[in-house]
Amino acid sequence: MTAETYELLFFTELAGLPVFDLKQRRIGRVRDAAIVPLIHPARVDRFLVGGAGSAWLSVRYDQIATISLAGIQLSNERLYPYHSDEYMLRIRRDLLDQQIIDVNGRKVVRVNDVTFEVRKDDRDSLMVLEVDVGVRSIIRRLLQGAVPPRMVRRLQQSVAPNSIRWEFCNIVEADPQRRLRLNISHDKLETLHPADLADIVEELSPEDREAIIGTIDSEVAAEALSEIDPKMQASILEALEPEVAADIVDEMSPDEAADALGELEDETSAEILGEMETEPVSEVKELLEYDEDTAGGMMNTEAIVLPAETTLTAAMERLREHEDLLENTHVLFLSDHAGRVTAQVPLARLFLADGATQLKALATGRLISTRPNETQKRVTELFDKYNLLALPVLEDDGSLAGVITADDVISVLRQK
Amino acid sequence: MPGFMGRFRRHLLVFLAVLGPGFITAMVDNDSGGIYTYSDAGAHWGYLPLWTLLPITLALIVSQEMCSRMGAITGKGLSDLIREEFGLRITFGIMALLIIANLTNVMAEFAGVATSLDLFGVSKFISVPIVAVLVWFLAVMGSYDRVEKIFLVACSIFVVYIIAGILIKPDWKQAMFSSVQPKLIMDKEYITMLIAMVGTTIAPWMQFYQQSAVVEKGITAKEYPESRIEVIVGCILTSVIAFFIIVACAGAYRGHNQEIGSAKEAALALRPFGKYAFLLFSAGLLNASVFAACILPLSTAYSVCEGLGFESGVNKRWKEAPVFYWLYTLLIVVGALIVMMPKFDMVKNILYSQVLNGMLLPFILIFMILLINKYALMKEWVNPRAYNFVAWATVIIVIGMTVALTGITIRDGK
Repeated sequence: MTAETYELLFFTELAGLPVFDLKQRRIGRVRDAAIVPLIHPARVDRFLVGGAGSAWLSVRYDQIATISLAGIQLSNERLYPYHSDEYMLRIRRDLLDQQIIDVNGRKVVRVNDVTFEVRKDDRDSLMVLEVDVGVRSIIRRLLQGAVPPRMVRRLQQSVAPNSIRWEFCNIVEADPQRRLRLNISHDKLETLHPADLADIVEELSPEDREAIIGTIDSEVAAEALSEIDPKMQASILEALEPEVAADIVDEMSPDEAADALGELEDETSAEILGEMETEPVSEVKELLEYDEDTAGGMMNTEAIVLPAETTLTAAMERLREHEDLLENTHVLFLSDHAGRVTAQVPLARLFLADGATQLKALATGRLISTRPNETQKRVTELFDKYNLLALPVLEDDGSLAGVITADDVISVLRQK
Repeated sequence: MPGFMGRFRRHLLVFLAVLGPGFITAMVDNDSGGIYTYSDAGAHWGYLPLWTLLPITLALIVSQEMCSRMGAITGKGLSDLIREEFGLRITFGIMALLIIANLTNVMAEFAGVATSLDLFGVSKFISVPIVAVLVWFLAVMGSYDRVEKIFLVACSIFVVYIIAGILIKPDWKQAMFSSVQPKLIMDKEYITMLIAMVGTTIAPWMQFYQQSAVVEKGITAKEYPESRIEVIVGCILTSVIAFFIIVACAGAYRGHNQEIGSAKEAALALRPFGKYAFLLFSAGLLNASVFAACILPLSTAYSVCEGLGFESGVNKRWKEAPVFYWLYTLLIVVGALIVMMPKFDMVKNILYSQVLNGMLLPFILIFMILLINKYALMKEWVNPRAYNFVAWATVIIVIGMTVALTGITIRDGK
């Protein structure tokens, strides 16, 4: 056999390759190929060969001598009939034409073809190298079987390749049992920015969405979920087990949690609240009382209030205790003896004063504040007029109900 | 009076919130192709074509319900499902058909724009390019969602057909009789009209658009029962309007039936409105054409890109989703250019485009039926037997009509 050997092989070429036994008799053609991810993440472990009979044969990777465009030469003839194997990721059935997540490119793509590397050790084996998307692989698929492979290779030269390395591919599988058998994890997705992950999740089908949000780390899930469209948020949370949903909602900030739960039916949201840890529950419940379109519905209950006489040194000490809040804190609020919020101090001012200064000396002019029942429109107007970063929401007795931050306002404006 | 306006706006919003994908699709269904096809059917054949509306409505409800159900249960678009279940080659073929059908539809919409404004002496060389540019920008700038409701409200102008249909004092007895009495004539023009009626009412693009709209709206199995009602109501509404267009035209042309050759002739159906007839016809046709011209190229570009795995979306940049933008732009540009050809016979070509839609419909329907009967995909929501019966019957009848038309054409050619 004088066959030229390529270092690369496409699945469109592999499918249909004749398979020869030791006596050079053709026993059939390749119908599909499978990886067994629990054994090896990229090596093609089985070749499923269809012959004259109706049953397929299963060829293991170590029963093969050579692989080329001319065909596959076996080194061993003890073949078994193929019977469905739950541990196999079959390329044609499970990968081709399906959607996968390109973790590197941060998007959902559809698989047109798969590129293998032909490893030449003592025997030839195939390693999944890349998943192909784009026009070049579409050409291969359309011409597959109709035009000889060598000509297809020449024809496709003029089109730029578009492929994703196998390491960056995240397969989406909704069935948890199958995920386990195929060794599929969503760990790679946790490295994405929550906003990117949210975009990806929005593109998938509902059951895939639920599978991803339900299995990734609940903190990442919470962040991503906060970025997702509220209605979709609700349908995802509804579909998840209440304990899983509660874990995720626990990780959200109270105002986001309240927004998410507010979209759910009362029964479901009560169920999730019941599963949550006790501390955030009361805050979330309080927030749920407010109308969505009011200051109360926009605000977050997490804020730092200190007595006006606190010295800077003492204030810094308190800030260290509230380290988890710092990311979203732009101002400190000062209260008088009766607990009424009277002034605010931008965090940046703390850097320039010395340790003995009392906070009230650093306060900005007049305190702009609002009430929980103020309309969204009025709140955005206040932000615009006074160029605010944060706006305190005060109860009738002057105590702090919550804080609206600029990002809350941006979300509201974006939704319009 | 801000108080009144505020209250009015709130009522309007509540009303519009109930309007979902089913209703929008139904309204867009009566586009330029629909108006001319029904007008021509009534003017040419009188009450005769009315019998087709009952079976067509049934087939419309079944097909629209099927793709809504697929959207709600799988959460995927029709082209996604075709791709995942039937592979790239079949998807490519279907997408090619969809592009061809929809290019002719876009052409029909621009022809609708041209003829409606031509009534007032606006040259097509002015109206078509302006509308084409406007439509292109509306979608690309993401402002389509805001104007969609205006289009929808403006669709209520179709009421004039109902009024005209009544004012024109049709022969109700004859109309009712014709509505239930099927009549088949082995005549080339008659069969062509039947295929166009099917094609304009149950257009291939609607199946893709409806399913994507259901997915986009986030309707799931739980909310589906309500959505189903909306789909059915929308389909019936489409046919009611079709019924009155035919009746109005049949009434207007009673005694001297003829083909419709221009907007002027089609507007005659609104004669009871006297000197406002042209204005009403023109406004209705213009709104319907622009509305559909906004939806068609965009929905085609989305369906094709999703099926073939290209990036899509108006929130992406041109560089990120080149295929999407090129396809979208070309559909509009080519559609508009065809209409701007000198001596382009608008009405005739609009009617032909609907015939083409009818001929291509069975291919889409076959794949829909195959998909919706897959248990792995639909679980307990697979097609009930009666639905399969209606859907397959539609496929067979439309293919039969196409074959008959070909046969007659060959016979007459000799």
